[in-house]
Amino acid sequence: MNQGVAITGMGIISAIGNTVEENFTALTNNKVGISTIDNIVTIHSDSIKVGEIKKTNEALVAELGLPADNNFSRTAMLGAIAAKQAVKNAGITDINEYKTGLISSTSVGGMDMTERYYYEYFKNSSILKYVESHDGGDSSQKIADTLGITGIVSTISTACSSAANAIMLGARLIKAGKLDRVIVGGTDALAKFTINGFKTLMILSDTDNTPFDNERKGLNLGEAAAYLVLESDEVVRKEGKKVLAYVSGYGNANDAYHQTASSENGDGAFLAMQKAMKVAGLGVDDIDYINAHGTATPNNDLSEGRAIIRMFGNKAPDFSSTKPFTGHTLAAAAAIEAVYSVLSLQNNVIFPNLNFKTPMSEFDLLPQTSLKHKPIQHVLSNSFGFGGNCSTLIFSKSE
Amino acid sequence: MSKCYINGTGCISAQRTFDTVFLEAAEVNNQENVLTIKDPVYKNYISPGAIRRMGKGVKAGIVASSQAMQEAGLENVDAIITGTGMGCMEDSEKFLKAIIDNNESFLTPTSFIQSTHNTVGAQIALGLKCTGYNFTYVQNAVSFESSLLDASLQFASDEIENVLVGGIDETVEYTMSLFKLAGYIKTESEKPYQIFPAKSKGVVYGEGATFFLLENKITSSTYAELAGVEIINKLPIEEAEQKLNQFLAENNCRISDLDAVVLGYNGDIDDEIYFKNLAENCLKNITQLYYKHLSGAYHTASAFGLWIGAKIIHTQEIPAIVRANAIAKDQYNTILLYNHHKGRDHSFTLLKRCQSTT
Repeated sequence: MNQGVAITGMGIISAIGNTVEENFTALTNNKVGISTIDNIVTIHSDSIKVGEIKKTNEALVAELGLPADNNFSRTAMLGAIAAKQAVKNAGITDINEYKTGLISSTSVGGMDMTERYYYEYFKNSSILKYVESHDGGDSSQKIADTLGITGIVSTISTACSSAANAIMLGARLIKAGKLDRVIVGGTDALAKFTINGFKTLMILSDTDNTPFDNERKGLNLGEAAAYLVLESDEVVRKEGKKVLAYVSGYGNANDAYHQTASSENGDGAFLAMQKAMKVAGLGVDDIDYINAHGTATPNNDLSEGRAIIRMFGNKAPDFSSTKPFTGHTLAAAAAIEAVYSVLSLQNNVIFPNLNFKTPMSEFDLLPQTSLKHKPIQHVLSNSFGFGGNCSTLIFSKSE
Repeated sequence: MSKCYINGTGCISAQRTFDTVFLEAAEVNNQENVLTIKDPVYKNYISPGAIRRMGKGVKAGIVASSQAMQEAGLENVDAIITGTGMGCMEDSEKFLKAIIDNNESFLTPTSFIQSTHNTVGAQIALGLKCTGYNFTYVQNAVSFESSLLDASLQFASDEIENVLVGGIDETVEYTMSLFKLAGYIKTESEKPYQIFPAKSKGVVYGEGATFFLLENKITSSTYAELAGVEIINKLPIEEAEQKLNQFLAENNCRISDLDAVVLGYNGDIDDEIYFKNLAENCLKNITQLYYKHLSGAYHTASAFGLWIGAKIIHTQEIPAIVRANAIAKDQYNTILLYNHHKGRDHSFTLLKRCQSTT
């Protein structure tokens, strides 16, 4: 197998916790983060449940110590909080001591502010500062400034697979020697835009989401941010860094089937998993756990399930979707699930696929529904998005 | 460790560039502060039903990418990488307006579905049935250069043999009105608008879709070698020259080797300082060119700049309309591009003529 790129730090804020430790405690104690929506006024508040971070924007501003005239979107604030944690966790004190970059991702960017002030801009010049926070790249600028990163900074936006692609690019930048160190991940805040978008597609569940269940009704949207610190072997050696895990494999493919629906047999998903396994130099028997995309929409779970069967045959590894805990956090999903994959490797534990009752009629796949302890060497994590974007990451133990 | 060559281009811009040799039909429009694209004949490339559904950027992206592939004589690609600063604004705005105006009721999903930033890359993949690598970058003025960087990494590691790389941005009315309100766009009273030298703050905005077919080999359609690309988030003005020299050195080149520089002058008097700092000092003896007076300024306008650089190496001609100084050379073998926006998202891109195509 190929060792891959070292992960030396991670940070996260999600509906189930404001730190890596809080997220782990929630995942191992069935503490879910799905609730009714508090921070956004929407006519759908009684008919949807969300994975919301129960902190107001004012609380986030205070936590980051931002000046009153700041123009951070919620997306940027969540990202800055998680990225700061990751850098601290990696024991980095001088960010520019090594060639360091930031590859972030977002789908909504500053849409939360745009939708709030859309018409008001013409009446109130004090909010004009938010016009420039709309772009996806603005959140990354702000995270880069918060961390003091001045070199390579970019943002990927491939809908719900975005953060997987950010991690993938980061790993490739390290492998190519373009960077010694890179902060990778994603951030997305809840917004009326996405709530109404998924609502019109009729794939929002009015109750807790139930991945891989025959009666699944759709997804719960969520918000989150998570970042990993990736470092070159040389930095790890020189600094005597503790390696949390490795990014050993990655693959991206396009389903080329439909703008929003996945192909019946999960062609793109299958290709992404196949490429990732090849990069990692692993065989199907080596994967101990799949952290599935598992959004609980009828289309995703069927397509992903079929792709898993194509890849692994009748002996699919233990798999679960952690979205019943967090909701589907869109561009950030693959980043928070990367943190969960590392936690799985570190603690030799598989997190349960909650809310599962009835097996799907189309196949015999059964998700792991309770917390399971077993030695875990390699975790495969899937993320798929609009536009047929399919991404797979493989994380491997650090010994 | 393969090199990377531009073997096909397609350019939809505010100028007639889709059915021309180069800029022979270009005209400076100094009467409008938002320049919109000259539409190609979409029905030659896209079915009429699809034309009605698709946003401007998606349509233009499909045509520009088809042209790039056609020039290179390829029918499919290993990867599709796009950059867009603002994404699919038409559909985003349509959906957002509907949410607000109708209080979250009576919504249809079409515009939401087409609003994601990766729609252009996705629609190209769908049209080609291309299941390869498909990424979209959204980093303001380096959205397109991020795509070039990604592509060059994959050539260096021999992961791909060819790739479509493009920069796409579209203007949309309400957002333009917000940009005018916020002072990003020059005011009507300044007409006729002047981009270089700049006289005021703000830009003449624009839109476009520019695609490149990059391959790992020189062919009969090769324009130039994409010899290097670098993105820098924050670059203090006093460090720019040193950073430029470092970039050139990493690509086995010096300022004295440059035959021309393509600068991203955008009409904004503050942004201009960064360009002038290099143009009036270390680059003062080099042929200097600019292009945003033709394309308008937008996050991926630098892709239009690269198209100009590639065309110059290919034709060995510099159209007078893009000249920022009078220095001329006998040959244009090495061209540097430099761009930034508001002092952030700086990029250096280096093109070299390929000996076997001379």
